[in-house]
Amino acid sequence: MLSRTLRAAAGAILCAGISAAQAQDLGKEPVTTFSLENGMDVVVVEDHRAPVVQQMVWYRAGSADEPKGQSGVAHFLEHLLFKATETMAAGELSATVAANGGQDNAFTSYDYTAYFQRVASDRLELMMRMEADRMRNIRLTENDIVTERDVILEERNQRTDNNPRALFGEQMNASQYLNHRYGVPIIGWRHEMEELDMEDALSFYQTYYSPNNAILVVSGDVDPEEVKQLAEKYYGVIPANPDLPERYRAQEPPQTSARRLTFKDPRVAQPYVHRSYLAPERDPGAQEKAAALYLLSELLGGSTTSHLTERLQFEQKKAVWSGAFYNGTSLDDTTFDLIVVPAEGVGLQEAEDAMDAAVAEFIREGVDPEELNRIKMQLRASQIYARDNVDGIANRYGRALTSGLTVEDVQAWPDLLQAVTEEQIIAAAKEVLRPEASVTGWLMRDQEVTQ
Amino acid sequence: MIGIRVLLGACVAMCLSLPALAEVKIREVTSPGGVDAWLVEDHSIPFTALEIRFRGGTSLDAAGKRGATYLMAALLEEGAGDLKAQDYARKLEGLAAYFSYDARDDALSVSARFLTENRDEAVDMLRLTLNEPRFDQDALDRVRAQIVSGLKSDLKDPRSIAGEVFARSAYADHPYETDGKGTIESVTSLTREDVLAAHRNVLARDRMVVAAVGDIDEAELGRLLDRLFAELPASGAPLPGPATVTIPGGVTVVDFATPQSTALFGHSGIDRDDPDFFAAYILNQILGGGSFESRLMTEVREKRGLTYGVYSYLVPKDNAAIYMGSVASSNDRIAEAIGVIRDEWRKMAEEGVTPKELQDAKTYLTGAYPLRFDGNAQIASIMASMQMQGLPVDYIATRNDQVNAVTLDDVKRVAQELLRPEDLHFVVVGQPEGLETTTN
Repeated sequence: MLSRTLRAAAGAILCAGISAAQAQDLGKEPVTTFSLENGMDVVVVEDHRAPVVQQMVWYRAGSADEPKGQSGVAHFLEHLLFKATETMAAGELSATVAANGGQDNAFTSYDYTAYFQRVASDRLELMMRMEADRMRNIRLTENDIVTERDVILEERNQRTDNNPRALFGEQMNASQYLNHRYGVPIIGWRHEMEELDMEDALSFYQTYYSPNNAILVVSGDVDPEEVKQLAEKYYGVIPANPDLPERYRAQEPPQTSARRLTFKDPRVAQPYVHRSYLAPERDPGAQEKAAALYLLSELLGGSTTSHLTERLQFEQKKAVWSGAFYNGTSLDDTTFDLIVVPAEGVGLQEAEDAMDAAVAEFIREGVDPEELNRIKMQLRASQIYARDNVDGIANRYGRALTSGLTVEDVQAWPDLLQAVTEEQIIAAAKEVLRPEASVTGWLMRDQEVTQ
Repeated sequence: MIGIRVLLGACVAMCLSLPALAEVKIREVTSPGGVDAWLVEDHSIPFTALEIRFRGGTSLDAAGKRGATYLMAALLEEGAGDLKAQDYARKLEGLAAYFSYDARDDALSVSARFLTENRDEAVDMLRLTLNEPRFDQDALDRVRAQIVSGLKSDLKDPRSIAGEVFARSAYADHPYETDGKGTIESVTSLTREDVLAAHRNVLARDRMVVAAVGDIDEAELGRLLDRLFAELPASGAPLPGPATVTIPGGVTVVDFATPQSTALFGHSGIDRDDPDFFAAYILNQILGGGSFESRLMTEVREKRGLTYGVYSYLVPKDNAAIYMGSVASSNDRIAEAIGVIRDEWRKMAEEGVTPKELQDAKTYLTGAYPLRFDGNAQIASIMASMQMQGLPVDYIATRNDQVNAVTLDDVKRVAQELLRPEDLHFVVVGQPEGLETTTN
């Protein structure tokens, strides 16, 4: 796919002025969208059952946007945004949120960095004032850099270096992506994290943190008109960054060789097989293939009744656990993943062979329409359950809009899932589950006998 | 839609001066058959969240049968009545109903969500599960293998190792002493009879609480309760007595080759029904209660960069109370982190907290409380917990007053009693530099 076209498309969809989403049926979400004159997009998700609001600001900047050699800087900067600004002391933002009975945090992924506060709904204005402030005005000290770099190194220790499954996952990703930054861990490679400095952090900040690269998502007990007024007051006055670079990453070349790796670690208790395939993501206006891949993942390994579970766990008893995963919300090519955890006494090769045989059988025999209907029923119901958690809806919009999708794409997605046919699922499986675009990894104990 | 927005706008304006408290209208209901439950009726979304808890949980495992309750709970989704595991799962998927089961030290929890459009069928499925689980041998073997696989992983997971070692030193001669999941040996030897016995021991009406939230009225809930629970036995196994908390001060190092040491620490704590509980709760919020502003986070992370996270937490179980914390730092820095934690423990024990800290903690805790009630499932879970703790139905309305009533002297007195730095025991899993196993 061509990333170059994405930003233009994403900018065009959010029209000025408020247009409440139509509540045509029970599944429709109470969502209102608009954008500010400086290009900042705004999404409001209403739920008036409890006097609570969540403000999120999402930047279209994640680890895959980092300069070469500075892996981890997007996440490092996320930590540093809790330090001082021109008008707030280090830690004052979080302390103010807490003093108002709220909670705040932030997170970073490949395609986005997001900051949020949950607080009583009458405190929204204060949250906006502070969040708008740190969009342009952070003031870092050398001590902030040194101390917080230690914190992110300990975070890497905790998440990754202390966890063989996470280390294995890093190697899988690095092997999957030959050219794209998705092959580099979000938290960063340790040797590059150790070298991150003030200049790296500020350069990333000045390049990407601006209203025309941000999405405000407010969910909960709020009135969209009031959100609009507040957003104009606090974010609307920040000038757009005219030098915001076009969002383009080095793309994958054709993948032509199946890759294999083994990762051995004495801390591994339970070996398993992980297979990943390079897979297309949801593209604006063209999400049909992604919808088919999502249903494929559900049919293959999404539940106790899915195909892999039935074959490997129930019938052949070769696995203690199996699963299939596809996350289509991604700016660039994503992956379709299979995992099989072999039963006691079953080797990794035997588990892998059983997995491949089960997938081949699924493609050969086609989709059971009854199973597909059950999954579609659950997806329809999930739209009802989703309204019990508007923060979840807010998250969904934030992720989609920072991944090149539009509000229309998000709203079209449920119907697209319902429209997928058995044939489309099998066609997507045949197209995507190609050995040449795959990585097969074995997580092993130190002295694992391979076969 | 516009009309609703205007109405709620007016309401927001009226409450503007103080953090609005969630209005949760709980009704105590009793079914025609005599089953009690708490209900919050809210018809805005066409589904119901139902939370059921059976007191006792994995602590009701019979002698030598550790893990039986946990295995039994895991098998509740593996077929019931005439429906074998896959048939049961298919039918439930077709209804888009979700039931989950969780067995812990003090309770077995059943959390259910079902749509209004097929509520009767969904409730029938849950009734089958609770009353006529199949516990088929093939399902038992399959699920047992999953649990054993998890137990093997726990043996190589620093956090699990620390938890296991800590519990063993804290709760001598009580079920809390060992992991409710059981050991590889005990789970391997469990039989179908053991699972059936665990079901009889735990799922009984004399130890049950129920909470429902959502699109259901009192009469409908009454019928639902009778259908679900009429056939359950009136009583189960006797509940365990109190545990003696016996944590010796000191350090236990568990050698494990990994770059970062994981530490759990703690000493005895305070009961949930202690009159000083709220003073302790505020004290903990200030010391290490999870915010970025806590003293531990400030000293260990923000000032020194020694960790990604350090926390303390009150753990009031039904039969024992401890005060615990956790931290992880690279092997060459964990000793320093532990030193800072000890110092903070001592400092607060000796000096208490400042008026500003107390005020900030109160504002935070009272303001954050209403944020919890933001979904049917969350409210159902909170109501079930309230019943388990013996709290009155009007507790939600009075809870913030109890927080605000705590004085600086209360916190100071409780800090002196509760925080005993010399009694702190640190279990450190890793290869920490400059730390050895010691007993105070």
